[in-house]
Amino acid sequence: MALTAGPGGRTARSWAWVGIMPFLAFALLFLILPTMQIVVGAFRNPEGAFTLQNIANLFTPAILGSFWISIRISFASAFLGCVIGFGVAWAVTLGELPRWLRGPVMTFSGVASNFAGVPLAFAFLATLGRVGLVTVLLRDWFGINLFALGFNLLSFWGLTLTYLFFQIPLMILIITPALDGLKREWREAAEILGASPFQYWRMVALPILWPTLLGTLALLFANAFGAVATAYALTGSSLTIVPILLFAQIRGDVLGDPHLGYALAFGMIVVTGVGNALYIWMRTRAERWVK
Amino acid sequence: MRLQHFWAWLSLAIGMVYFFLPLIATFEFSLRMRRGVYSFDAYRVVLADPNFQATFGYSVAMALLTIVMGVVLVVPTAYWVRLKLPRWRPVIEFITLLPLVIPAIVIVFGYIRLYNTSSMLPLTGTATGTNFLLLVGYTVLALPYMYRAVDTGLRAIDIATLTEAAQSLGAGWTTILVRVILPNVLVAVLSGAFLTFAIVIGEFTMAALLNRPAFGPYLQVLGANRAYEPAALAVIAFGITWACMGLIQLVTRLQKHTSARR
Repeated sequence: MALTAGPGGRTARSWAWVGIMPFLAFALLFLILPTMQIVVGAFRNPEGAFTLQNIANLFTPAILGSFWISIRISFASAFLGCVIGFGVAWAVTLGELPRWLRGPVMTFSGVASNFAGVPLAFAFLATLGRVGLVTVLLRDWFGINLFALGFNLLSFWGLTLTYLFFQIPLMILIITPALDGLKREWREAAEILGASPFQYWRMVALPILWPTLLGTLALLFANAFGAVATAYALTGSSLTIVPILLFAQIRGDVLGDPHLGYALAFGMIVVTGVGNALYIWMRTRAERWVK
Repeated sequence: MRLQHFWAWLSLAIGMVYFFLPLIATFEFSLRMRRGVYSFDAYRVVLADPNFQATFGYSVAMALLTIVMGVVLVVPTAYWVRLKLPRWRPVIEFITLLPLVIPAIVIVFGYIRLYNTSSMLPLTGTATGTNFLLLVGYTVLALPYMYRAVDTGLRAIDIATLTEAAQSLGAGWTTILVRVILPNVLVAVLSGAFLTFAIVIGEFTMAALLNRPAFGPYLQVLGANRAYEPAALAVIAFGITWACMGLIQLVTRLQKHTSARR
């Protein structure tokens, strides 16, 4: 297709495509082929013949449980991240907060959205771990023992709370440009026609932002679903979310079946792939309005 | 309106508590190593640890190599696509977004299986080969950020005119790329580079699964065995991330000044 790249149907062969060959070769060797290896492996038995058995083997209570807790944590942290991040972005762009706050909030969001992985786990252990600052203060000042109440960082809520530390800032970074894109004329037009602020948001602003919001939700979901390091560094395997299970499988074949590992990885691609396909689709819809 | 005001400030206050409490707690915890008094003992112990120095040095070197590799790969490609192959842009953009879709753990799993010792290209067989795999893995992780930064930078300049001007003065492709295009997108490249640095320096999954002595796995091992040192390292890691983001802002601001003067 690149052979006739010139306009006007030039017949001379264009060699322009050679220029992107290094990049395409790199992408093929280190991104596409390795992924294909996993996908193909998921549908092969040890002898190399086609099989659906690996996929079927995923449907055990243990593995399904892993997927279910992973999906729940990812969705909860993505949803809360969206709602809270939207609130903060709204407050600093259109809300009542002074303008000068916007710069620091955006900078901090850039930092916090990249502060993930092992150090984030340490920070939350120092805060809400057994001898963490908040745990100790609550116990000494208010007599509340978090752990007696059943709180544990390695739980649904503990991990969700930890993930929110990078999910909320990511939402702020993505949604602020979209809020800036809301034209003043739309609001004025709505007000002239007698709309209340609530009606303006419900009938004008939110429908315009809707694709961006849903799309970002999908991106945040994938972001949390693929995260390994934070959960791993919180130590213990008491909460076997899918990436942790896959990590253990790659290291030491804990499932006792290499091809089940392929199927597990394939399942992860499917889940994040669906999330991101949704994101890309929603974004192309959103860009039609917000320019 | 007053009520709205109140809610805005209240939500900001809650946000500050949520975001600053872990940072304060980590810092406070890192000072508690010596019984009864606050001290920087944990930092001193960590910084003197030869394993810290070795793994941190390894990760810094890795991050710098990743930046070089990313720039060499992305700048010519993004330039060429904009100049000659605009119809390929959606394809290239799609490829650069793939690392956001495919989790890093799956990509590295693919490397381990595809380049194992019994394969055609047994990269995992030697330390050099595995280092190289980690390097390309990091380049893949940084691809979405690097490509977007450079592509945005290229959009702001008229590359067709610049290229023709350079060509009519007798410049070859290498000269055009290195002495005309690169200086013009330097700020974008630097933004991508700092972001890459922040991502690579503490990366855990790929380094751990490829068994490389990087900073991320060292952090994790230390976290499992020690109490106060991990907190000190978390503070250091946060400082590095902060420095990277600050540098991005700084170079972007510098560019605004120069373009305003022009």
